[in-house]
Amino acid sequence: MKLGIVVLEGPYQHEAADTAYNFAKAALEKGHEIFRIFFYHDGVNNATRLMVPPQDDRHIQQRWSELAEKHNLDLVVCIAAAQRRGLLDENEMKRQGKDAHNIAPGFRISGLGQLIEAGVQCDRLVVFGD
Amino acid sequence: MSVVKKFLYVNRKAPHGTIYALESLEVVLIGAAYEQDVALAFLDDGVFQLVKGWDTSELGAKNFQPAYTALGDYDVKTVYVERESLEERGLSEDDLIEMTYEDEDDDFKEKSSVHIVSREEMAKIMAEADVILSF
Amino acid sequence: MATLHTVNKSPYERNTLESCLKHVRSGDTVLLIEDGVYAAIKGGRAAELLAAAEGVKIAALSADLKARGIGKDKMVDGIAVVDYGGFVDLVEANDRVQAWL
Repeated sequence: MKLGIVVLEGPYQHEAADTAYNFAKAALEKGHEIFRIFFYHDGVNNATRLMVPPQDDRHIQQRWSELAEKHNLDLVVCIAAAQRRGLLDENEMKRQGKDAHNIAPGFRISGLGQLIEAGVQCDRLVVFGD
Repeated sequence: MSVVKKFLYVNRKAPHGTIYALESLEVVLIGAAYEQDVALAFLDDGVFQLVKGWDTSELGAKNFQPAYTALGDYDVKTVYVERESLEERGLSEDDLIEMTYEDEDDDFKEKSSVHIVSREEMAKIMAEADVILSF
Repeated sequence: MATLHTVNKSPYERNTLESCLKHVRSGDTVLLIEDGVYAAIKGGRAAELLAAAEGVKIAALSADLKARGIGKDKMVDGIAVVDYGGFVDLVEANDRVQAWL
């Protein structure tokens, strides 16, 4: 199965990011392909490199980055939602004249078209939100 | 994109209280460029998005209601609104904004995109979609 | 052509389960996840909603039941408990997934 996953909520605030991650992991363990994981609404907050959660709990950004690296996943953060919420990569930082960027490794900023493309290309699109 | 799928955007939340209505609309507008078979569904509190006459000036937030009326220009010709959801909320079709499109197969005549459907019909519409996006 | 419906909020907080069940079709599956698993507790009003759903399979995610201390003894009969792997299998077995948020 070629899967598309959509994460609509931020880390810790809602369980969506956890369910999506655990689902993605299980799908990969079963040998399925994850075409793309698309982060929208507050879901873009999963991508901040500046996340410092308590040591004795899961590190939501880090495990996304690790999963992406291990399985060569395409983690896409919607540019419009990211701009609203202050998630910038280096390019955006320069474009917008800001003094910092904060996207974590493994994530890339792109347009909403990537979500539509996932819907078109995948066998199933699974949405995790609130 | 040579593959064309039936996309159904499901709207079940009221506007303004949360961002879902606005940002899901943005997906529809951007999505137009991908030439898929798009329909929108409004049910439960989603029908509140279509109540006409928004004035967001005192709230101090952008009035994005014009984006709904412009959907016809973005290849959206089919908007399903659930009758029971309207009735349960004390609304009727008269309370809703007009959404139209120009029918290129009929001399570009302006036609309504809105279809008021029953809950049962809505269930059938959902069952026929290839991709369902909920926000 | 069947749909896997996911319901992630408690039926006592939101009307998503109720609305979902009003739109399901025979052969569909409803998977309770996150706070949605609270619907599975027997004796609750939501249990009646589930019982009335004809022709629809009900499943619940084990991780969320366990996290909330809901053991088999507290659950309504006839609900299939699945793990994340089972969730993946359900996605594959159905033609589309609809998230009721």
